[in-house]
Amino acid sequence: MSAIIEVKNLRKSYGPAVAVDGISFTVQAGECFGLLGPNGAGKTTTIRMIYGFTPRESGTLQIFGTDCDTAWRSIKARIGVCQQEDNLDPDLTVRENLETFAAYFDIPSALVNERVASLLQFTALEGREHANVKDLSGGLKRRLALARALLNEPQLLILDEPTSGLDPQSRHQLWSRLDDLKKRGLTTLLTTHYMDEAQRLCDRLIIMDQGKILVEGAPLDLIQEHVGKSVIEVVAPCADLRGMLTEKGILFEDLGQRLILYSNDGETLYRDLLADHCHEGCMLRPATLEDVFLRLTGRELRE
Amino acid sequence: MIGFNLSKRFIRVWQRNYRVYRKTWMISFAPPLLEPLFYLAAFGVGLGGLVGSLSYGGKSTDYTAYIAPALIAINIMQSSFFETTFSSFVRMFYQKTFDAMLATPLTIEEIITGEILWGATKSVIGTALMMIILTFFGLLHFPHALLLLPVAFLGGLAFACVGMVCTAVVPTIETLNLPIFLFITPMFLFSGTFFPLNNLPAWAQGIANFLPLTHLVELCRASALGRLDVSNVISIAYLVIWSVVLFPFAVTGMRRRLVR
Repeated sequence: MSAIIEVKNLRKSYGPAVAVDGISFTVQAGECFGLLGPNGAGKTTTIRMIYGFTPRESGTLQIFGTDCDTAWRSIKARIGVCQQEDNLDPDLTVRENLETFAAYFDIPSALVNERVASLLQFTALEGREHANVKDLSGGLKRRLALARALLNEPQLLILDEPTSGLDPQSRHQLWSRLDDLKKRGLTTLLTTHYMDEAQRLCDRLIIMDQGKILVEGAPLDLIQEHVGKSVIEVVAPCADLRGMLTEKGILFEDLGQRLILYSNDGETLYRDLLADHCHEGCMLRPATLEDVFLRLTGRELRE
Repeated sequence: MIGFNLSKRFIRVWQRNYRVYRKTWMISFAPPLLEPLFYLAAFGVGLGGLVGSLSYGGKSTDYTAYIAPALIAINIMQSSFFETTFSSFVRMFYQKTFDAMLATPLTIEEIITGEILWGATKSVIGTALMMIILTFFGLLHFPHALLLLPVAFLGGLAFACVGMVCTAVVPTIETLNLPIFLFITPMFLFSGTFFPLNNLPAWAQGIANFLPLTHLVELCRASALGRLDVSNVISIAYLVIWSVVLFPFAVTGMRRRLVR
C-alpha cells in the first residue's frame, strides 16, 4: 500500500487561537479515513489545508507522494471535495452546475457529457438534470455535491460532514454510494459528527480535540481499547452501587442520575446487577464509537 | 501556492458568469436599451430645449449630442462597478461560489481576474446596446464611434477593479452603499457629464481631473463625436493606471478575505 496523504507536524493558528496543533497522520491508498472531534477541534481546518484552501503555518504535507507546495495545481486536479456548506451554484441547473464545474477542471467537453450522464445515474439525479438548484431538497443537493466532487475522477475524495442535516433515507443512500466508491478503490477522507457514520464507513480514524490528535486506529480497535466490549447504563442508581463498583474495580462514569459502566464481560455484570442491586432502569448494550468519543473528549458543551 | 498564480484558466470564471447572463439576457438587456431613452427624453428634449447648444472643443454642439456619449460613459462605469460589487459580493458571500472554485485547480488570482474581465465585458455589452439606440437618433459619428467599444472595455476594467477592491474590504453588502454615495454619485454629476467642466471653479476642475469618469467621458465624447486628438492619450493612460494599480489590491484584498 502506498500513502495518499502524509501529514507531518501540521500546524495552523488564527492569532492567539491554535486551530491545528502539530498533528501527523497518514492515509493509505483505498482507505476511508475519518477525522472526528467536537466543534472547534480543528477538523475542517485540517482538511482545508489538505485540499489547498488554507495555507499551512508549518509542517509538511505530501499528497500522492508529491509535495503540495510545488505541484499544488496538479494535486488539486486529482482531488474531489464536498465542502461543509452548500456552495452549489444557485444560478444554474443541475446539469449546468456539473458542466460549469467540469470546466474549472479543464475537462474536455467530449468527456464531460459522458461523465455527467454516468454521475447523474450514480447519484440518482436522472430526470432532475434541468431542475434549478434553488428548488432541490437538502438530500438532492448533497447528492449533486457528491456528483460534482466526482467529476474530475478524483483519486482522493474529501467530504466535510457529508450527511449533516439529511433524513435517514438520504444518509443511507449516500453511505451506499460511498461503499460503491470504496469498492472501486477510491481513497476517502471525511469528517463527521455522527459516530454511527464513522463506525460504518471508516477503516481508520482519528479523534481530535483542541487541535491535537487524541487517538488513532480502526473503530473496533478503539472501542475495545478505550471502552471494552459492552456498556451498561444504570438510571437512578441505588445508593450502594457506586461503592460496590469501586470495590470491584469496574470502570464507570458518574453522571449523577445515570451511571455508565464499561466492561468486557458485560453479561455477567448485568446479571449480577439485576439480581443484587437494580431491578429496573438497567440496560446492557454493545459499546460504540460514541462511548469512546465521549470518554475521550468529555461531556461538556464546547460552544 | 506561493507567488502570483494566474493562468488562462481565468476564462472559466468568465464563462461561468457569461452562462448565467445568457439565461437572463432579456432582463439584462433592458437597462442599457431603456435608460438612454429616459435620459434623452429628460435631458435632451426637456433640458436641451432650454440649453440649446454649447461649445465643445471650440465647436458649437447640440446639447443632446453633448450628453449622449456621457450617458454611455455612465453606463460603462455602473455596469462594471455594480457587477464587481453587488453581484460579486453575492457570489462570494451568500452563494459561496468562490469557495467552491477554490477547491478546484482555480486560484484566487484567476477568480478575481475572471470576475473583473466579466465586469468589463458587461460594460462592452451595455455600450453596444446603447450605441444601437443612439445611432437611431443620429447621435453617433461613425466610424469613429466604433472606438466606443474598446473604450468601454478599458473604462469597464478600471471601474471593475475599483468595485472589486470595495468588495474585498466592505464588512457587509449594505456597506457598498458608501462608495456609491461618496464616489459613484458625485462622479455621475461632476465629471463633465451634463455640463462642461470649465463651468466649475478652478479648484473643482482640478479635483474633477483626477476622477476616472472625467477621462472616460472625455474618451466617449471624442469617439462618439469623431473629435479625437492627442489629449485623449492622457485619458487612456489615466484609466490604464487605475486598472494596473488597483488590480493587485483587489487580488490581495480578496485573498485576505477568502483564504483563511
